[in-house]
Amino acid sequence: MVLPPGLPAPGFSLLASPDHLLSLAELRGRPVILAFYPADWSPECGDQMALYNEVLPEFERLGAQLVGLSVDGVWCHRAFAEDRRLRFPLLAEFEPKGEVARRYWAYREEDGTAERALFVIDADGVIRWSYLSPVGVNPGADGILDALEAIAAEEATPRLPAQESAP
Amino acid sequence: MSMTQTTTPGTTPRTTPPARGRLRPDVTDRDHSRGPVDAAVTLVEYGDYQCPYCRQAHPLVKVLQRRLGDVGSPFRFVFRNFPLIEIHPRALHAAEAAESVAAHGGEVAFWAMHDAIFEHQRDSAIALSDQHLAKYAAVAGVDETLVARDLKNGVHEPRVQEDFLGGVRSGVNGTPTFFINGARFDGDWTDADAFARALEDAAAVALANGR
Repeated sequence: MVLPPGLPAPGFSLLASPDHLLSLAELRGRPVILAFYPADWSPECGDQMALYNEVLPEFERLGAQLVGLSVDGVWCHRAFAEDRRLRFPLLAEFEPKGEVARRYWAYREEDGTAERALFVIDADGVIRWSYLSPVGVNPGADGILDALEAIAAEEATPRLPAQESAP
Repeated sequence: MSMTQTTTPGTTPRTTPPARGRLRPDVTDRDHSRGPVDAAVTLVEYGDYQCPYCRQAHPLVKVLQRRLGDVGSPFRFVFRNFPLIEIHPRALHAAEAAESVAAHGGEVAFWAMHDAIFEHQRDSAIALSDQHLAKYAAVAGVDETLVARDLKNGVHEPRVQEDFLGGVRSGVNGTPTFFINGARFDGDWTDADAFARALEDAAAVALANGR
């Protein structure tokens, strides 16, 4: 299993480009989608990151920031992102390899890659949904959108403290 | 990439476990379908007219419809649009052109257009240009100026976008993605025999459930 909902999302700071670090703390205040995947360069019509790139307007509509993570290096990520015209950051878990994936219980020791695992983190930094897909199956985006909508619905309904009555 | 599936999906604890990879917009009259409407099995494809894999799937679906019809378990085939526009810049207009043909010429014309687009997909680098799309529309029996005008005005873009979002909510994970009686088919569709068996199995289940 991967880290379940209800737990705080482990923080990280990773290279998003050869000269730019991105940390989870910087993204606090809005929902964050973490998409761990085994490797760049899977066949394009079935590629998970290419699909999410197309769904980006929906993620944005729900106020969320998408981040992809794999053990590929920054230069590999850059070439892949340019080829697929990706408009969201890919973080390099190259060195120390897979450290963040391990902390999310989403590392495949046998292959030396991240699992195909999804996490939706709320604005307070708490994991609200997580999903481990068979490594050969692209999980699609339906689960992510369900989780983001659940968060949005909750925000729309103000929570009153249990003991307090309305004035 | 390793295809070993040592993990089980859905092992993550959840309070409300939603089904993954379930067709959400049900098949209705709005859809383009081919084959008996009362068939025990409906196969839905989310596809992209510029996708090379979808081009390969196109004759396969036809062959399977014929073969399963021959052995007494015909299925209904539904095509919905899922253009991956960032990697396939002509896919959106191709989908809009097919919808335009359906709007002006009806279902028979739509399927003629659908076939024509896939059959011509690799003719040349401009095989899916607006000009060529209008020509295929003419062959499908629709006035090509109507289709050209619809493309220019983006008349059918909302419908294509609606298909796309419905696909996303259903768990479409690439093109083509197939749903057999509402369940995403995660097997290897390029294995015609395995694909046929999955369709036959679905027919057996549907019949056992009194369909």
